[in-house]
Amino acid sequence: MKFKIGDVLELFGDVYTARDAAHKRFVETIAKGEALPIDLKDATIFYAGPCPPKPGEVIGPIGPTTSTRMDPYVEPLIQQGMTAMIGKGERQDYVAELCKKHNVVYLLGIGGAAALYAENIKSVENIAYDDLGTESVKKLRVEGLKVIVGIDTKGNVLHKEGKEKFKR
Amino acid sequence: MRVINTKELIPVVNDLVKKACIDLDDNLMNALKQSILLEESELGKEVLETLIENANSAREKQVACCQDTGIAVVYLEIGQEVSWEGANLTDMINEGVRQGYGEGYLRNSVVGDPILRENTKDNTPAVIHTNIVEGSEVKITVMPKGAGSENMGRASVLKPADGVEGVLNYVIETVENAGGKACPPLIVGVGLGGTMEKSTLLAKEALKRPIGDRNPISHIAALEEELLQRINDLGIGPIGIGGRVTALDVHIETFPCHIASLPIAVNLQCHANRHASKVI
Ligand code: SF4
Repeated sequence: MKFKIGDVLELFGDVYTARDAAHKRFVETIAKGEALPIDLKDATIFYAGPCPPKPGEVIGPIGPTTSTRMDPYVEPLIQQGMTAMIGKGERQDYVAELCKKHNVVYLLGIGGAAALYAENIKSVENIAYDDLGTESVKKLRVEGLKVIVGIDTKGNVLHKEGKEKFKR
Repeated sequence: MRVINTKELIPVVNDLVKKACIDLDDNLMNALKQSILLEESELGKEVLETLIENANSAREKQVACCQDTGIAVVYLEIGQEVSWEGANLTDMINEGVRQGYGEGYLRNSVVGDPILRENTKDNTPAVIHTNIVEGSEVKITVMPKGAGSENMGRASVLKPADGVEGVLNYVIETVENAGGKACPPLIVGVGLGGTMEKSTLLAKEALKRPIGDRNPISHIAALEEELLQRINDLGIGPIGIGGRVTALDVHIETFPCHIASLPIAVNLQCHANRHASKVI
């Protein structure tokens, strides 16, 4: 992928939501050698759990959650074909290594911009783990979802470079 | 003696929950607008503008400004002239929380047991703090607290010999360690003194103070200003991607403490600085 850290992108297409509890089930399923509820090949995972929709709305406010909690799950999901993650905040160094090695990107959503992000979601399909409530896996069709490249495929990390630049 | 039926709390808490999660107050909005003028990073400025746009959109559509509508922290400042009648007060507050999260289409983010972790599906129970004050009124404050910022708080008991430098370093390290994970720009609440639990309560209390207000004790006010400066020199910036504006303000609350201890707690508040109050 040709994107570099700091690039602002608008995403169009399908992304899947999954956060702590869903990731735990994913790796348990993989460990048992069973099939995952979604095909992760070329998939983008959005670390997010939305508010419930108001009547007539597609989805409630939605935005990224803290990504580092999902760090331990990155490698097994990459092995299943995941190519992009959307979340917020710094991650452990090995995630940048994995991005570099496997041509994967980490995209930053703007934490807290959830009312705006809801407008970029055109449809929602419940895919799995409905018992998890907000943490269930959903397929979202997004149009113009604004994200910033946080780790690029060269393993560069925006949080590190940005902070270095503005440190006094 | 003024008698209040605990049931009266239900609609009050219900309204405050919705108001807090949907409407960011003018104090915060003004601080965000001001911060754009200070921000040197172009990307940082864009993020701050997006946050303002988001808050306006939430208000217009009457939806939560952030999807993490938090665990409800409820403060009751109860006048000592008040006497209660009716059902269990805690239950009535939780009923208000349940109704507010439901009616406001807010996210249920509470698990009933910290180990078993099953969602309670109505965002109860609330964390309730009561305080007895003078008078015959009750002030109710609802502060929904998201985990992104709450998770990055810290508490410790320093040695008196650690002194001012120890205090400053502890706060700065906490903010640095939080980085972008706590959704900066932050409001940094510091509790200093008391006992271990008292300092953590003070740190959260500190977040209630309006941005821009200083502690009335002059040497503590000076510490607040020094910390704000040093935190904004870290370069973390909006959402942690580099920039000038890491904190909108630093508030320190203090309490006397034991000759041998220096308790300290830092409670970080993300830019979704939500709280709403009502006096009955
Ligand atoms: S830290 Fe605050 S702004 Fe960020 S996602 Fe959590 S509640 Fe929202």
